[in-house]
Amino acid sequence: MPERIVWPRLVLAVLAGVLASGAAVGLLATSAWLITTAAAQPPVLTLLVAIVAVRAFGVGRGFFRYVERLAAHDAAYRVLGETRSRITGRLEELAPAGLGSVRSGDLLARLLLDVDAVLDLWLRVILPVLVASVTALATVALLVVLLPAAGAAVAVAVALACTVVPWLTAHSARCAERAIAGHRGEVAAGATETLLTAADVVAFNATDAVLASFSAADARLAAAERRSAWSAGLGNALLVLCVGGASVAGLVLGSSADISGPVFAVLVLTPLALADALGGIPATAQVAMRVKSSLTRVQDLLSAPTPVAEPAKPHKLPVGRDLVISHLSAGYDGRDVLRDVGLTVAAGSRVVVTGPSGSGKSTLASVLLRFLEPSAGEVALGGVSLTDLSGDDVRSAIGLLTQESHVFDTSIRENLLLAKPGTSDLQLWRALYRARLGDFVLSLPNGLGTMVGEHGARLSGGERQRLAFARLLLADHDVLVLDEPTEHLDEETGRALLADLFAAAGSRTVVLLTHRPELAPHTTQPALVLP
Amino acid sequence: MKPLDPRLLRRAKAARGFLVGSVLIGVATGLLIIVQAVLLAHGITQVVLHGAAVGQVAWLLAAVLLARAVLVWVQEVVAQRAAAAVKSTLRRQVLEHSLKLGPAWLSGERSSALTTLLTKGLDDLDPYFARYLPQLVLAATVPAGVVGWMATGDLIAAGTVAVTLPLIPVFMALVGWATQAHSRRRQHALAVLAHHFSDVVAGLPTLKLFGRAKGQVTAVREVTDRHRVASMKSLRLAFLSSFVLELLASISVALVAVGVGLRLIDGKLGLETALLVLILAPEAYLPLRQVGAHFHASADGVAASEEVFRVLETPLPQRGERTDVPDLRVTPLHLHDVTVLYPGRDEPALEGCDLDLWPGEVVALAGPSGAGKSTVLAAVLGFVVPERGVVVAGASAADEFAPERWRAQFAWVPQRPGLRTGTIADNIRLGRPAATDTQVLRALAQAGASELDPAQQVGEGGQLLSGGQRRRVALARALVTEAPVLLLDEPTAGLDAEAEAAVVAHLRASGRTVLLVAHRPALLAAADRVVTVGSPKSLDAALTGSVVVR
Repeated sequence: MPERIVWPRLVLAVLAGVLASGAAVGLLATSAWLITTAAAQPPVLTLLVAIVAVRAFGVGRGFFRYVERLAAHDAAYRVLGETRSRITGRLEELAPAGLGSVRSGDLLARLLLDVDAVLDLWLRVILPVLVASVTALATVALLVVLLPAAGAAVAVAVALACTVVPWLTAHSARCAERAIAGHRGEVAAGATETLLTAADVVAFNATDAVLASFSAADARLAAAERRSAWSAGLGNALLVLCVGGASVAGLVLGSSADISGPVFAVLVLTPLALADALGGIPATAQVAMRVKSSLTRVQDLLSAPTPVAEPAKPHKLPVGRDLVISHLSAGYDGRDVLRDVGLTVAAGSRVVVTGPSGSGKSTLASVLLRFLEPSAGEVALGGVSLTDLSGDDVRSAIGLLTQESHVFDTSIRENLLLAKPGTSDLQLWRALYRARLGDFVLSLPNGLGTMVGEHGARLSGGERQRLAFARLLLADHDVLVLDEPTEHLDEETGRALLADLFAAAGSRTVVLLTHRPELAPHTTQPALVLP
Repeated sequence: MKPLDPRLLRRAKAARGFLVGSVLIGVATGLLIIVQAVLLAHGITQVVLHGAAVGQVAWLLAAVLLARAVLVWVQEVVAQRAAAAVKSTLRRQVLEHSLKLGPAWLSGERSSALTTLLTKGLDDLDPYFARYLPQLVLAATVPAGVVGWMATGDLIAAGTVAVTLPLIPVFMALVGWATQAHSRRRQHALAVLAHHFSDVVAGLPTLKLFGRAKGQVTAVREVTDRHRVASMKSLRLAFLSSFVLELLASISVALVAVGVGLRLIDGKLGLETALLVLILAPEAYLPLRQVGAHFHASADGVAASEEVFRVLETPLPQRGERTDVPDLRVTPLHLHDVTVLYPGRDEPALEGCDLDLWPGEVVALAGPSGAGKSTVLAAVLGFVVPERGVVVAGASAADEFAPERWRAQFAWVPQRPGLRTGTIADNIRLGRPAATDTQVLRALAQAGASELDPAQQVGEGGQLLSGGQRRRVALARALVTEAPVLLLDEPTAGLDAEAEAAVVAHLRASGRTVLLVAHRPALLAAADRVVTVGSPKSLDAALTGSVVVR
């Protein structure tokens, strides 16, 4: 439901819309009366009111339509903004574990298309239906006054146009539309994947095969779209019959009734003007169908289970920073990757956890950062179980560096400020130099203002990682979890960076997860070896 | 904007047939509108002036209505089918052309902007085909017929309409002129919004790590709000132009009605003619008004199609045609003074690189991160066109050969391998679809990944695999091919020492030529030569003597 601030705009939009459509009806009705009356050649003075009315209706339609459209669009965009930020808030709760199963291209397509559906719901369904039905009811009321039988006939036509026409449109569209959304997501995912893996595909001369599989998905989408073509046509055709039929009914009923000539002309011609008001009904039904499946999916997203339950009454963040991992098991989709792991990490110590790839090092990191709920056992920070602490509190104490940290498509400065807004450039440079990226950034013409590109594409793998290092150094964590941080760096740089990081960590705890423990300074035996 | 983009007709066959069909339907519709008006005017006059019955007229009217309804239905079906076909054609052409333009071009073009274009952007063509184009055809056929028929009854009314009608296209041109830039800007804003969303979603875990994720709710609201303010500004203008258009149409009808009424009083006109004129006048304006009303919705589609043509009309890089690529099993490969400059970067990614690669040797590229080691591999593959210098095989420059033939000589393991949704085996067969199960298993074993099940799904982007597993699948994907030269970008990152040793042993035993980017000592030690790339100039071992011979 929209916020209160939107309501006046919605009411204004409906009011202006009714006046605009009403003016179209009024123009034809008064013109018909005027002309038929004039045929009897009365004095001009008797027609003055009608003449003024005809002109006023002529001017009013354009004006009110303009007001309606502006008010409606403004209101709908406001509703859209609200929905978008609500969705983002929800995604925030789900990330990262709750988003794992959604294909990224599909997710993006969903977000854009489904959330935009809210705009369509208001602009192209709710408002047009309200405007059309109010105008049609007013017209029926007018005709009932003139000749109840003809009014009743028009009422039937309007009722058909407002019920059977949209029902017919929606019914025949339903199955095909449901199919289209899936195919559309598939095509979006296929296009995204093809574009993201373009280099691999081209290098292995697999372009034809990949395009063929995309074409197959694309053909399925096109076929589904062709199937839905039947619906809109039927609705519009029935509408032509409704409006024209109302006019013919007026002609037949009026010709045998005891009414004046001008009234008769009004009865026959006024229904034709309803085409203007009712014309949008079939389209609204089709939009409503599409919007409905989108809104359902938005609803699904909003009600997806949260991977990590925030405690109802979070414990205060304890002062102690000792980490005690006891009998910990964790994994995804009911499959434990980590099984019965135990480890004690004293505050300020340096601990290395090692194991081959796939042994659960990243899973352990996820549990430590409270991105993942343990399936058994617990991790305690300063004597308090992580499950009793709020995720944000945990992450204010524990920081993480992964092997592929996300770099945002903005400037180097903005990427750093993310860790600690309001930091001075001097501090930023200090962090960059500690991460051994200072000289590189200094060599760039735009320095800190350099844009790094999508996913940091304009940086090399090593530069991206060092930027992430610098970012982590800026944040005030007491415990640093490093998940294979040297993966993409050459050995010498990796060793130096780890040394820098260990040094910069000072009194902070460092938990290094790596399959190459020999790179770590103060080489000790790994505290934990995962099988 | 042109009312009808000829490129659309040229590119998409379905659009041509649709246009022909629409013209036929448009002419028939125009005739039926006139017949309906004549029948209505006649029927009303008969009743009002002569008190006659309407029996026959009513039946004829019903028949005309039925015919009109059928035409409306057929038009919609034809339009939707044409739209589906055209969108499908354009989508495939864009994707195919993007791949032909190559990875270097794609890295500049934002993939999410292209994705938006290929889905939401092109769907904006639906209203263009279903509403705008048919109305455009009706606008070209109906008013002429209607005004002509009006002229046979009342010249003054016909004149009024004939004078005001041409004003509408003038205003339409104004609408087009005023909204084109705005619509394009809206399209751009949409793409930026899409990109912002995908960046935020992809980075949500990172944002969460720093406790910044909750702030995104406000950020997204602000970005959308800015979009709203910008959109409203453009809509105020777009709607203002259509306001003038609507106003003109309905005022003209009012003028005709009042004028006809006054001439009736003077006895200069019969009732039947007057009614005919009244019924026909709005019909003359209706198609043009509809064009205006649908113009805005279709403008997004037109902007999207222009974006499509911008991609499709990007010329493909010069491509060689020769198919007689020398066999690199016996022919050496040379890089002479190769310098690569990426767009938007002042410093070359690779400067003056000289390198000789003799058949069967294993050469390691060393150097600090960012020195351009990966760029050497991209230059060999032909993904980047060197600013200066040349890649030579035997006596011919690489760019003389057909790219497919050239690339068939190489198997590449990129630094960040792109895996595709499907099984591990599907991915391994990317470069050799006909590889047998045995060959796939052997390649996996050679890549140090014999524990992986070829039937396992990798998920989108290989997300169901760990980083090390992804890399080993990519290595197996390269090893399963029969390419004589392997280009490996840190192939053993993420592997433990034992697996790495096995991979190295296989590489040495395979007899293939290997050019690899290496950090690990085990890999460097396995190479015949180590070539240092980077500051101040990459030094080929043979030239400078800085050779590490095994």
